[in-house]
Amino acid sequence: MLGKLTLSAIPYDVPILVGTFIGAAIAGLAVVGLITYYGKWGYLWREWLTSVDHKRIGVMYIVVALVALFRGFADAIMMRSQLALAYAGNPGYLPPHHYDQIFSAHGTIMIFFMAMAFMQGLMNIVVPLQIGARDVAFPFVNTLSFWMTTISFLLVNVSLFIGEFSQCGWLAYPPLSEQQFSPGVGVDYYIWAVQLSGVGTLLTGVNFFATIVKMRAPGMTYMRMPVFTWTIFCTTVLIMVAFPILTVAMGLLGLDRYLGMHFFTNDGGGNQMLYLSVIWGWGHPEVYILVLPAFGAFSEITQTFSRKPLFGYKTMVYATASIMVLSLVVWVHHFFTMGAGPNVNAFFGIMTMIIAVPTGVKIFNWLFTMYKGRIDFHATMYWVIGFMITFSIGGMTGVMLAIPASDFVLHNSLFVIAHFHNVIIGGVYFGYVAAMNFWFPKAFGFKLNEAWGKRAFWFWFVGFYVAFMPLYVLGFEGMTRRMNHYDNPEWHPWLLIAEVGAVLIACGIVCQLTQLYVSIRDRNLAENRDLTGDPWNARTLEWSTSSPPPFYNFAILPEVHELDAFAHDKEAGIDTRQAGGNYQPIHMPKNTACGFLIGAFSFVMGFGAVWYIWWLAAVGLIGVIATVIARSSDNDVDYYVPVSEVVRIEQEHTHNLMAAQAAE
Amino acid sequence: MAQNMTADAAHAHDEHHESPVVFGFWLYLMTDCIIFGTLFAVFAVLRDQFAGGPTGHEVFELSGVGIETAILLFSSITYGFGMIAAHENKVSTMRTWLGVTFLLGLGFLFMEIREFSHMIAEGNGPDRSAFLSAFFTLVGTHGLHVTCGLLWMAVLLFQTAGKTELNERMIGKLTCLSLFWHFLDIVWICVFTFVYLMSVI
Repeated sequence: MLGKLTLSAIPYDVPILVGTFIGAAIAGLAVVGLITYYGKWGYLWREWLTSVDHKRIGVMYIVVALVALFRGFADAIMMRSQLALAYAGNPGYLPPHHYDQIFSAHGTIMIFFMAMAFMQGLMNIVVPLQIGARDVAFPFVNTLSFWMTTISFLLVNVSLFIGEFSQCGWLAYPPLSEQQFSPGVGVDYYIWAVQLSGVGTLLTGVNFFATIVKMRAPGMTYMRMPVFTWTIFCTTVLIMVAFPILTVAMGLLGLDRYLGMHFFTNDGGGNQMLYLSVIWGWGHPEVYILVLPAFGAFSEITQTFSRKPLFGYKTMVYATASIMVLSLVVWVHHFFTMGAGPNVNAFFGIMTMIIAVPTGVKIFNWLFTMYKGRIDFHATMYWVIGFMITFSIGGMTGVMLAIPASDFVLHNSLFVIAHFHNVIIGGVYFGYVAAMNFWFPKAFGFKLNEAWGKRAFWFWFVGFYVAFMPLYVLGFEGMTRRMNHYDNPEWHPWLLIAEVGAVLIACGIVCQLTQLYVSIRDRNLAENRDLTGDPWNARTLEWSTSSPPPFYNFAILPEVHELDAFAHDKEAGIDTRQAGGNYQPIHMPKNTACGFLIGAFSFVMGFGAVWYIWWLAAVGLIGVIATVIARSSDNDVDYYVPVSEVVRIEQEHTHNLMAAQAAE
Repeated sequence: MAQNMTADAAHAHDEHHESPVVFGFWLYLMTDCIIFGTLFAVFAVLRDQFAGGPTGHEVFELSGVGIETAILLFSSITYGFGMIAAHENKVSTMRTWLGVTFLLGLGFLFMEIREFSHMIAEGNGPDRSAFLSAFFTLVGTHGLHVTCGLLWMAVLLFQTAGKTELNERMIGKLTCLSLFWHFLDIVWICVFTFVYLMSVI
């Protein structure tokens, strides 16, 4: 009846998990209690959970990403603390069984649910506004994508309290991840979480590619698209190319585990190198799926706060496209040591080093944009400059690893860990935080507090170097990754320094939370409000509408005559909103619970499959199919906003704006 | 309802963009194509890993596969007739052709399941060797797609029951399923060539 699920699956004998559970339960109850107390369930359901508005979906993605950041960081600091303690006979406080789950969960959560969710949140909020569209091409698919990501993250967190998570690292290499060596449910949780969230991401890729191709404002040719949109465009291509490969990788591993097949097993003719090729065929493009949008955000921020158009727009576009193509032909550099032979390794090593060229072009473009600009050292710019320094270092260590001969020395060591945190924190995370600071007023109508933003930056920036530079040293000293305890006295001081770095980063996260709190508290102060919709004097179309934008984004679709359309309109004195213009009824999609329901049923299916509760999995699957059919039979999916409503909303905005200008 | 009528009427001369549904579905099909491409690559890597088990030559019966192929190719043609009828707004003709396509698809699926169950009954299931794992997964994934296509076709037959004309949304759905169905045909031709023929030669 309940498959593998028994009471012994509840880890009530592990104090850390019991404590976490109590904490999570109290926090959850507090949230539920507050929502009930203020009677907001109906509002939450109608306006958010069932919303098809890309801006709201974007905000929800970022909320999920911040929760995932919290969870992933908790894992990180536990690992650092374990290694600071577990030295010379002291076993530390995390037994290997638990420690292995923590590093596996850390990587899985940070990539799939922190970074991917954050990235999809940013593209949701920004891209339709930036191309002058009223929504995405498939609004229903958009809410579905969001819920698939969210329930997958939920599945990972359920594994904390019911059963266990994978102990096989964030990519679950076989044969370790096969039934023979991992008979528990941990790997199954991993497979289902990754598989279901992959569906959501793939649909996002299709959705935004179609949006950018089909829904750009009149006059916005490809070479007039803002750079952020360009980077998202390339990212969606990579998503469409790479995520199906991930689906296959997870599918085959699942078939090995569930049906006893022999794709990657030791016996029966299985081939583990095949798994590595497939998983990294997804995994390397994934790196660029994450970092290209960050590059786009840096481009927008740098030009805005340097008060200059971006230096080398065309080279930026070509560099982005080159990286997109090259990222598909470098995956073997993740396993140079597995015996592909010197010629294959040389090819992939050279292709990897070539990626440094377009990336270097980008760094120089940002530097030349700043050169002779009137730079406003806003908190957002701090993250940009911190990125340029940190990412350049990470890029150089990457080129070191791209040399097969040196990779043979450094592979599987902490040098590799230091390198990819160097580029992912320094590139991806700094980029997303900068983007959040930059676009926050657009989404909410008030700015984030700058002082706390700068404090967060300094803690993160210094904390990063203190936490990860020692890992380069440890890599050279031969310390391998995923080690639970050690007895080499030379490593100990460096691991203590790294622990200090992790604490500094924790302070950075606290500063970020404080920044959110202070900004929300002071949101009505005149200097924080964004009434014009253009708080930074920026250049692209998303700033031409109000903050937050009306749900239809633009009362009249903007016309684009050149690159940086909004800057052009401002210089020419054109009122892009055309208040009092000739409004038409606006065609909009209706909210729907189908995305939420499909997500919920998918969760049921995944949970049932993890525990071999086949009737429950069948209920989930039938629920998914039934919801899809119901949605397909529903003809009442859209409506028209009458002109009177558009006029009312636009006049209200004009009124607020004039009141604000009069007050100045 | 009245509001819907105006919505539909306004659809016709909406100022912006044609419906992106077919384009979006094309994109989805390309991602599906990568799934199959990866499965073909996996098959190519594992095709000689018999692990002491049978080779393709020993387990495949080309005559059955030939009939399967003929049925599936023919079902693509009948779907094509259905689409011609749909564009001429002949709903009942369209439904008849879709019904024929459905039966042909069901026949294909039936033969595939029979082939699989024979192999499994003889001890040559997907857990026998890496070669058979790759075979069952590739062909089974195609079969799963055919199953989804049949379910979809049944839903469309149900949704068009009693209709006298097809609106734009329904034409869009029929077009997407048509793309899907022809796509499965193309994949099957590759399966037939690279999996069956090349294993038997």
